Amino acid sequence: MTTATDTRVHTLGGRVEARVLVAGDGPPLVFLHGAMGLTWDPFLDSLSERFTVYAPELPGTSPDAPDAINGVDDVWDLVLHHYDLLDELGLDSPAVVGHSFGGMVAAEVAATNPHRVGKLVLISPVGLWRDDVPVAQFLSMAPDEVAEIAFADPSGEVAQQFLALPEDETAMQDAMIKNAWSQACAAKFIWPLPDKGLHKRLYRIAAPTLIIWGKEDRLAPPEYADEFARRIAGSRVQKLDGAAHLPHVEQQAETSRTVLDFLTT
Amino acid sequence: MKVSMFHLMPHRELPPDFEQKYKSVWVDPPFPELADAGRVGQYYNWTLDELTYAAERGLDGICVNEHHQNAYGFMPGPNLMGAALARATNGSDVALVQMGSTLPTTQPPIRVAEEYAMLDCISGGRLVAGMPLGSPMDANMIYGVTPIEQRERYYEAHDLILKAWQSRDMFAWNGKYNQLGKVNLWPRPIQKPYPPVWVPGTGSYSTWDFSAKHDHCYCFLSYFGATAAEQTMAGFWNFVSEYGLKENPYRAGFLQLVAVSETDARAEQEYAEHVKYFYNKCLHIPPHYFGPPGHQDYRSLEKGIRSGRTGKLMEQLTRLKEYSYKDFVDNQFVIAGSPATVREQLREAARKLRIGNLMVLLHIGSMPHDLTLKNIDLFADEVMPHITDLWDDEPWQNEWWPESLRGPRQQYVGTAR
Repeated sequence: MTTATDTRVHTLGGRVEARVLVAGDGPPLVFLHGAMGLTWDPFLDSLSERFTVYAPELPGTSPDAPDAINGVDDVWDLVLHHYDLLDELGLDSPAVVGHSFGGMVAAEVAATNPHRVGKLVLISPVGLWRDDVPVAQFLSMAPDEVAEIAFADPSGEVAQQFLALPEDETAMQDAMIKNAWSQACAAKFIWPLPDKGLHKRLYRIAAPTLIIWGKEDRLAPPEYADEFARRIAGSRVQKLDGAAHLPHVEQQAETSRTVLDFLTT
Repeated sequence: MKVSMFHLMPHRELPPDFEQKYKSVWVDPPFPELADAGRVGQYYNWTLDELTYAAERGLDGICVNEHHQNAYGFMPGPNLMGAALARATNGSDVALVQMGSTLPTTQPPIRVAEEYAMLDCISGGRLVAGMPLGSPMDANMIYGVTPIEQRERYYEAHDLILKAWQSRDMFAWNGKYNQLGKVNLWPRPIQKPYPPVWVPGTGSYSTWDFSAKHDHCYCFLSYFGATAAEQTMAGFWNFVSEYGLKENPYRAGFLQLVAVSETDARAEQEYAEHVKYFYNKCLHIPPHYFGPPGHQDYRSLEKGIRSGRTGKLMEQLTRLKEYSYKDFVDNQFVIAGSPATVREQLREAARKLRIGNLMVLLHIGSMPHDLTLKNIDLFADEVMPHITDLWDDEPWQNEWWPESLRGPRQQYVGTAR
């Protein structure tokens, strides 16, 4: 497991401080995490073998800075925060990989200023809505209910390890607080439903785009892969067996291969 | 001490297997399967009758609240009830305690200011203006209020309402959550500078701080009775003295379930079924409904998890179904029994928690109409006269009660035609 270093950036006119974990060597790649917060995992390790991976934490989700979320009021602020962040890191047009809520943000960033994203990878992104295949309201579901729809094999080893809380009481409390507050911060931008108008803006994306989905995703049904694809010119869809809403966790090797192939060709 | 009757307006006839067949009493129970609108109309009319009756029997105030999509209480428009009660009690001296318009779910907030002003005018200045934050279910899950924004929206709405009530000049409001170009309220409340404001809370420090800062009455509303409330109220009074406020008992309100019969044994016969209905069916709520992420501010979230309080509360909620009537009574979730039993326990509870504004839930769960009237009768005749003098030996004014109603009640019945 790579040890990431961290750096802090100031955005939105100094209103917000955000932590960014950095590891690896090679061209820059920005990873935007989902509603559960950032976890440095084997997927990011695999990317850091070929890229310098920058993984920013959503304002409010960095340890000891829960109030940073107060500086970001809406999706527009959030998008501008990310441009400021890229500027602070000296990144011109990195590859951007986003998962779920992070995928929505990645798409917004790629759409609003198409020149700032070189290549785009969206892993089961939220942000669109179809009444016939509604996105599950996972932020108001119990953890075990979310596990059922987010994993292809909820009782399997990979899912169980992902969901497990530390044994040590303090560490367990830390994890519970982190989970709840990460979701609180992400919820600010996708409550009660994640459609905040992204469908109007996707046409602007110029970056070559790969859309990855787990075939068994019942949180954000795989139909959305095609909804994103038909709005992003030249985009490609890859649906994976044995995966649901977290293919980069449940089928990490295949997801890594697919992403790295796409980014390096 | 002022004593008011609180009513939740529940579904009184949920099926016996309700909590086995349905996930929750709140948010998602299906109305078409569980209720008949005609029968529900009867529930609303009984509720209005019961509260009016309580006023006529001498209770100092009558209270309704606001909940949505909730079979344990469904007055989504509490001021509709308030208006009917204002009219029914017109000319009498009972207070209308609206507990109350939920601020973040009423847009724009001046709608609350206007409706409360109307009620105060119609009633001749008898309104108590409750300003709830809004439960996670009502505000976040049902009305779509973003959890992490809820408190800020509440504070802004509160400030806007108080300014709208008082400002002589028309003003613009350029708030974070509300933009209004020309606020010029019609009508204004009769009570000056504005009706007394009560702030319901469930024990969080930020609500105490808010109530103290604005000198509002803090009401601890829980269904778990006086014994369970001791720690919270001790914390509240400690906060009051540290803040440097006078320890006037009238700055605190409390809700207690009460059931009175001729004897303790008869109380069990008459009320056990309804008490169990309340705790088994009315509080059939999945624990995670209490915690949409961001509803609790960070410090409360952290404190709740590190102290174990959050876990314990959730655990207690699930254990309620195992309790017997005796458990509910022994733990004082309900103060139930003969008049002597009830008056002694209730007086002691109010004294211990230092409550100047007591609210009693005299209709519980499935209680039928006639039994409710009996409960009101016994409470008004045999209990209330023995507890209302609780703070008379201390030099306090009830600053959080309509000024014209601070004396003992004299005009019990409304005179409106």
